[in-house]
Amino acid sequence: MASNSIAPGGTYLSHKNAPVLPPPKQKDAWWERLRRSFFGTPLSAFLTLLSSGLILWLTPDLLRFVLFDAVWNAPDGEACRVPGAGACWAFVWHKLPYFIFGSYPEHERWRVVVTLVLGALLLAWLLWPQKMGKHPDKPFAAALLFLVYPLVALVLLLGAPIFGLPMVDTDLWGGIFLSLVVAGVGIVVSMPLGIILALGRRSSLPVIALASTSFIEFVRGVPMITVLFMANFMLPLFLPETVHIDRLSRPLVGVALFASAYMAEVVRGGLQAVPKGQYEGSAALGFTTWQSLRLVILPQAIVHVIPGIVNTFIGLFKDTTLVAIVGIFDFLRTVETARLDPVWAGPTISATGYLFAALFYGTICFGMSRYSIGIERRLAERKKGRVA
Amino acid sequence: MFPVSGVPRFGLMIGFQPFSLKRSITKILAGKGLAGEVLARWYNPAWRNTAVQVLFVLVLAAILAILGWNLRANMLARNIPTDFSFWNDTAGFDINQTPIAYSPLSTYGRAFFVGLLNTLIVAAIALVLTTIIGVIVGIGRLAENRLVSLLAATYVEVLRNIPLLLQLLFWYNAILKPLPGPRQSLIMPLGAVLNNRGLFLPRPSFEAGAAGVAGALAIGLALAYLVWHFSILKPGWPRNLLILLLAVGPAIGFSLHMPPLALDFPILKGFNYAGGFRVSPEFVALLLGLSLYTAAFIAEIVRAGINSVPRGQSEAAASLGLPPGLTMRLIILPQALRVVIPPLTSQYLNLVKNSSLAVFIGYPDLVQVFTGTVLNQTGAAVQVILITMAVYLGLSLMISFAMNHLNRRMAFVER
Repeated sequence: MASNSIAPGGTYLSHKNAPVLPPPKQKDAWWERLRRSFFGTPLSAFLTLLSSGLILWLTPDLLRFVLFDAVWNAPDGEACRVPGAGACWAFVWHKLPYFIFGSYPEHERWRVVVTLVLGALLLAWLLWPQKMGKHPDKPFAAALLFLVYPLVALVLLLGAPIFGLPMVDTDLWGGIFLSLVVAGVGIVVSMPLGIILALGRRSSLPVIALASTSFIEFVRGVPMITVLFMANFMLPLFLPETVHIDRLSRPLVGVALFASAYMAEVVRGGLQAVPKGQYEGSAALGFTTWQSLRLVILPQAIVHVIPGIVNTFIGLFKDTTLVAIVGIFDFLRTVETARLDPVWAGPTISATGYLFAALFYGTICFGMSRYSIGIERRLAERKKGRVA
Repeated sequence: MFPVSGVPRFGLMIGFQPFSLKRSITKILAGKGLAGEVLARWYNPAWRNTAVQVLFVLVLAAILAILGWNLRANMLARNIPTDFSFWNDTAGFDINQTPIAYSPLSTYGRAFFVGLLNTLIVAAIALVLTTIIGVIVGIGRLAENRLVSLLAATYVEVLRNIPLLLQLLFWYNAILKPLPGPRQSLIMPLGAVLNNRGLFLPRPSFEAGAAGVAGALAIGLALAYLVWHFSILKPGWPRNLLILLLAVGPAIGFSLHMPPLALDFPILKGFNYAGGFRVSPEFVALLLGLSLYTAAFIAEIVRAGINSVPRGQSEAAASLGLPPGLTMRLIILPQALRVVIPPLTSQYLNLVKNSSLAVFIGYPDLVQVFTGTVLNQTGAAVQVILITMAVYLGLSLMISFAMNHLNRRMAFVER
């Protein structure tokens, strides 16, 4: 320690020979490997003790709160207010319909269920990894999900007296279903708009490029809350007085524009990754600009950035919680409302509600990130030619 | 050969061309007025590009003009102020954290600066804290010790997959709010006290010895630098230790003679703590939430950066006899930093923008004070929102500029 040092200028000087090490063993005993892994150096040993201490200190309390002392069944908050009681899962169970549907009329909730199941099926079809060589059906699935499904969902959720579905005011929408609607609108709008903005930013026409770049950089430079404020307070002022814009539509516009700017940057990365030869090759084959984009460039660019797109969706899904600032009852806001219910109020209610919300968001976002990592691996292998 | 429909097929074309709407219209309109002129030139790329851009500008200008006209009409119809005269009006509301003098009698402009300063304070402290936590967790994920890397991985996966707003609400409503009152406060190390009124820290104040200690420290540092720079100490001596002693020794000696600081400890008086320095629970929650959340992303960036340094670098360092600590400091980190800085910049930008979530837990930042209260009281939505956006854009630009400067300095110098 004392004899080795760094001289001025960052040169490293060693003033004595390094100790002669014994030749490495052919194979260590398992306990030897274990010892080296956990107690190899003094620092490692210290960290092992520290982290096992931390785990031993936290885990029992956590387990007691979540499982052993938890209240699973109770008609109201009485049992949860007992000193020493753990998480009040009875509260979550009783409020579950409210968490999922918000104030959506009870006898119309089947419409929400049908919409969600339909969307889940289409999404599964689109995202299911497909073997190369099979006739691609993903463009068809994408067209259904991005063009047909939104209309079906709109009719089902909002209602259409012609089909015998009574109208349901958007003021009654809420809960998990509304969070999914906000995220869904963001995704459906931001994909095409993001592609258009990315193409615009890379356009050879300076005016178009400047306009796209300004929009993207402006939106990316400000917090989402200010975009929501803008959509909520300024959007009605921008429209003629005769046009009434719904309380839910305003933040939806904000979310869609916000997501588009981020999506544009992801797509731009994909466009930049497509080799120049692809543009030149398609031009040499006589493709027009639009044919070349639609048939050659975009399919490669989009596939290349699927992981980035999924990561943007994760961010978008987490950001949907912010719409509460303009009075939308998304899932987190319903948790906030429910935990203040005097029937259930108690010392553990807040923690229980947040734990449930964390499980919900955490599971979905973790699942999406695993999917993104899986796709990334597949793409890397396809590049190496391992997957046909 | 061309299974894709809609692609022109090549072949013999003798005397017959398939029907084309565009071509037919061109033929009909050729040489007839403006439309004919446009169509005739449409196949000239330079002309077409200019025309498209002019058209784009015209359409954009028309849309903006219509929106602007609507905006003016609506604002006049609803009696919304259209100028910035509200800036000098009396605010009439109080703010619970005021780094500059402020009272309900101050102006809206003053309230704006209070909010801006509060945003800057929490963002600056969170930036430092999140970098430290992020680097530690990122290195921890790469540790050979499985227990440590497991803990770090759990931290990252849990924290980054839960919305920041949920984490803020959790810290504020589920941890800090239910804390016991002042009488049953949690006593923290170094005389700090935590209860549901906030975090009370000892407040340092400068005493008579402060100037002397500062002078002694300066002299010590200068001496240590000279000794280090001219390599006065012989190899074989405990050089690092001696240089450290030389640097801080005089200051420590002088402070024993004449103390530079006095600590004003918080003391329970009646129903609350008096003295010391009170940090509001809102600030603690926002600081914790922002730094822990961003640290999860920074940890991943640090891990990717260290992984990007080829294995041969650390192997070469080891074969030169460099101990692991110095290998990290002199070989790995400088190279990793080049990969780390660009994504780190965007995380810093995210942190500053995310500090606007303060509004949800009532920390008086720019959005809570200005875009919340001032907007509601004055009704000047357009002005207030545009000013807020301009401030965040300016902050983003400043951080980008600083980090780009750092990036250029760190960039690999090629011959």
